[in-house]
Amino acid sequence: MWEDNLRGIFYIALKDIKTYYFKPPAVSWGIVFPITWILGFYLRNPGSFEELVPGLIAMTILFSTTAAEAVVINFELRLGSLERLLLAPISVAAVLLGKVLGGIIFGFVMTTVVTVASVVILRLHPNIFYLILITIPSLFVFSSLGALLCVMVKEVFEAQTLLNLPRFLMIFLSGVVYPIPKMPLALQYFSKVLPLTYTIDGLRRSFSIGLDKTVFFRYFNSHLFFLSFYYTGGKVALQKV
Amino acid sequence: MNSIIEVKGLTKRYNGFTAVNHINFEVKKGEVFGFLGPNGAGKTTTIRMFTGLSKPKEGKASILGLDINSVIVQIKKYIGVVPEISNLYDELTALDNLLFMAQLYDVPKSMRRKKAEELLKTFRLNERKDSLFRTFSRGMKRALTIAAALIHNPEVLFLDEPTVGLDVVAARSLRNLISNLRQQGVTIFLTTHYLEEADLLCDRVAILVKGRILAIDTPKSLKAKTDKKSLEEAFMKITGLEPEVLAIEKGR
Repeated sequence: MWEDNLRGIFYIALKDIKTYYFKPPAVSWGIVFPITWILGFYLRNPGSFEELVPGLIAMTILFSTTAAEAVVINFELRLGSLERLLLAPISVAAVLLGKVLGGIIFGFVMTTVVTVASVVILRLHPNIFYLILITIPSLFVFSSLGALLCVMVKEVFEAQTLLNLPRFLMIFLSGVVYPIPKMPLALQYFSKVLPLTYTIDGLRRSFSIGLDKTVFFRYFNSHLFFLSFYYTGGKVALQKV
Repeated sequence: MNSIIEVKGLTKRYNGFTAVNHINFEVKKGEVFGFLGPNGAGKTTTIRMFTGLSKPKEGKASILGLDINSVIVQIKKYIGVVPEISNLYDELTALDNLLFMAQLYDVPKSMRRKKAEELLKTFRLNERKDSLFRTFSRGMKRALTIAAALIHNPEVLFLDEPTVGLDVVAARSLRNLISNLRQQGVTIFLTTHYLEEADLLCDRVAILVKGRILAIDTPKSLKAKTDKKSLEEAFMKITGLEPEVLAIEKGR
């Protein structure tokens, strides 16, 4: 049974990557958009690259993992081809994980490109172990968040709109462009329930700003976010079947 | 095991509306079983319950002795489904669509391409095997969807309005294919609006109206019992649609 599910997860992700990811719209959302945003903020308010690059990586993770999920889930739902997957001898949870994995793999490639390019060009020296420790679970978190939001609605445009809500909320309230300690107290508390807060904080620590073992706390926190998004997404998907 | 599909008191309700109402029947191995009824009778809902796309509210059903409420994923290995809508992947070619299905259904790697090409040939699509699904005509899409359902040699095949959108030749070829599959021992559960087709293909038919089965028998017996020459006329009489049709004809 688990072999069937693993096979299903692998082939669904492979099909989605081949069909939808690595196409101009997904690449644009996944890489061009975060670079433009971060550059825009940097030019307005120049700071150190150690502050800038973690924000760029966090935004790349966020945007690349969710770049094509509305198409991967909602477009297929409308065409009926998602139903085709549900007819296959694999569980609904495996179908959802296959969809999430496509976003993770695409996000991983985009994030690696952005990280390596930034580190090489700007001659930064992050702690690679901590960087990976934060990046990998974050890819799972945001891809599963995207999947959860997409299974909640039917149409592609509804999913795109719904995806933009947490995306932009997190850009402004998770410390990507504005430091959390400078925010009003209520927003500081609110930022603690946003997963990007832990990603950006963990990434900054990997880039040597206050490097310490609390990065493991962010690592485990990301797992909790992933599990809760994936579990809820699976429940919603099951209800819709 | 003689009965491949067993259904007892199967019921489905949506927001207070009963789509399928305590239906009971059995389908034997190698039988072509027709599920006939007007639009909204509950035919597709029944197929959706058999294939795990919808959960029954009440009752039991088993396929190959396996309970649809508890081991539906296991059942899916042995069944092929042709839904009402041709729902393969627009951005994949005909061959890639079949290969993807073969991967999902764990067809041995060495057999995948061979089996896919065989099916493309059977459905006269081999010349378009490298064309994207979205470039296909409605009939070709239908044919490829049926081919996809057969990629793993299912023991039971669910066909929901399989000939809708097919041209005369393709529809005839599908009917021949259904006859061949029956000879190979495949059990076929078929819904159709074409009663002539049901008369031609089905060993037995069930007539469903508003979620309830009104009759189950061979087409020949149904015609004899209703004293009608065709299955269509028998269907009209059983479903009570006959006076309606006569009234329309009188008004002409």
